[in-house]
Amino acid sequence: MGLLFIEQCLNGLQFGLLLFLLAAGLTLVFGIMDLVNLAHGSLYMLGAYFAATFAALTDSFLLGVVLGLAATLVVGMAVEVVAMRRLYGRDHLDHVLGTFGLILFFNELVRLIWGPAGMSLIPPAWLNRSIEILPGVPYSAYRLSIIVVSLAVALLLYMLVMRTRIGMLIRAGASNREMVGALGVNINLLYTLVFGIGATLAGLAGIMQAQIQTAYVGMGESVLIVALVVIIIGGIGSIRGALVASIFVGLIDTVGRAFLPDMLKLVLSPAAASTAGPALSSMLIYILMVAVLVLRPGGLFPAASR
Amino acid sequence: MRFSFTARNLLIAAVIVLLALLPVYTAFSGSAFILTLFTRILILALAATSLNLIMGYGGMVSFGHAAYLGIGGYMVGILAFEGISSGFLQWPLAILVSALFALVIGALSLRTRGVYFIMITLALAQMVYYAGVSLSRYGADDGLTINRRSQFAGLIDLSNRTVFYYLCLALLLGTVYLVWRLINSRFGLVIRGAKSNERRMRSIGFPTYRYRLVCFVVAGAICGLAGALLANFTNFISPAMMHWTRSGDLIVMVVLGGMGSVFGPTVGAVALLVLEETLPFLIGKLGFPLFGESAARAAEYWQIVLGPMLLAIALFARGGIVGLLTRTGRD
Repeated sequence: MGLLFIEQCLNGLQFGLLLFLLAAGLTLVFGIMDLVNLAHGSLYMLGAYFAATFAALTDSFLLGVVLGLAATLVVGMAVEVVAMRRLYGRDHLDHVLGTFGLILFFNELVRLIWGPAGMSLIPPAWLNRSIEILPGVPYSAYRLSIIVVSLAVALLLYMLVMRTRIGMLIRAGASNREMVGALGVNINLLYTLVFGIGATLAGLAGIMQAQIQTAYVGMGESVLIVALVVIIIGGIGSIRGALVASIFVGLIDTVGRAFLPDMLKLVLSPAAASTAGPALSSMLIYILMVAVLVLRPGGLFPAASR
Repeated sequence: MRFSFTARNLLIAAVIVLLALLPVYTAFSGSAFILTLFTRILILALAATSLNLIMGYGGMVSFGHAAYLGIGGYMVGILAFEGISSGFLQWPLAILVSALFALVIGALSLRTRGVYFIMITLALAQMVYYAGVSLSRYGADDGLTINRRSQFAGLIDLSNRTVFYYLCLALLLGTVYLVWRLINSRFGLVIRGAKSNERRMRSIGFPTYRYRLVCFVVAGAICGLAGALLANFTNFISPAMMHWTRSGDLIVMVVLGGMGSVFGPTVGAVALLVLEETLPFLIGKLGFPLFGESAARAAEYWQIVLGPMLLAIALFARGGIVGLLTRTGRD
């Protein structure tokens, strides 16, 4: 039990950090450009498909990942220049309609290019094994690498946003867009850059997820909703909030799924518990979000401007 | 209100006349498919009309409106499963229970604003969705087949396609009229006033929270009725009825047709669903002379055309299809 609990906690942390990669880009785009981007999940899916394709072409896992990320960056920036740029400053409903259209487009495009069957990205042998993290506690090296990479990316992102000139502009843009533009900053370029960073992070999350499950058409939609929950709990526009909220959500979701059905068996009949358990554990994160919003309507770390 | 021959009014009149005459056409052509398709369109148009009431006029963007579709449907399905097939009991209960859910969801959600409102309605609808998944007695994830459509003591025979179609049309037109009366009443003025400046409405002395909540509940109740229709139409209920993508579809219909116009959602529902059905066919036919056999293959991937079309409407046609016609009509 104790061993399983540690493993599930680590899985929860790993899922949470994966969510963070997705949520960071979403919250930046939301906070700075005030854009509801439902198509963020499509970039997550594209990252996975690109990496799997390039890895197969080059016969190198690492090269595949790097090329996949670069391709996602290019697609993300292209989407920003062609479509998103025209949606800034519009009603949120226009964003929903437009990015919903993009989801249809990308899903169908992927089906057209890669076919309806999923695609798998096989991690190299040095990741595809288990290592002993504590004496007597084996854990998948691959999942551990997700934790390490995500934490490194989170740190890098923190350095980028807090310690560099671009980061300063991003933060300024999040608190007052018009003023940054009025001060002579090339706001278009900044937006394209922020969108590109967000797309790359989403692509990275997709690449890492593709090795746990396969890459499939529509993989972005289900995880997008969870990422939206994360950024709402964390407070829109706050990267720190996104990090805290994603770890919370990841842990609650994973640990809840693992243990709630068993706990319900103590109070309900086994048959009722086996159907109510999974449903109730899927509800947990939404219950958390509603509770947070009722108590703190701006999320845990509300950005200054909102 | 005087009727004038603007492009917008002509489109709306054309849509109503076409909808009213459709069964005549299908009776001659003998194809039941179009009648079935349009029955589904009418039901979803009813749901979209109710969403438009809160979204277009009240500024309450609910991303969980499909939940009431599911609740209404489940009431019919559950009662039928338990052996109560009287529509006089099923439908009022479907409406009542949807209204109750809307009361709870609205009471919680209306404390928040803007994007947070969108997301909290989504979260609460997801909870209803997973509650549907956990109903093991009623099929859980797989759903439940309804063996007998609602019975109206021999007055209305729902198993007759044409009767069912006209019932849906009558309910839709009645609802559109109701919404039109509602938004032009004193109540509607308060709701619209609260959308444009809530603080001002409050300071003149209107308890806007209560007004908005009532509006939210009315919309939920109407959507519950649409759910009851949908369950009867498909003879089937499942949690998929209230999946969040269905809520997204409803928003797309409203925005596509034109928000804040009582007939907009109907136009949007017709446009979206007819496009979904005809695009594969059109791509195959139009592309064939140009690309030959590959056009037939491309027809399978019709969403690749629909997606950019939706994007283009979001980018260039503010106010949806109806809004577009209103503007060209004025020029």
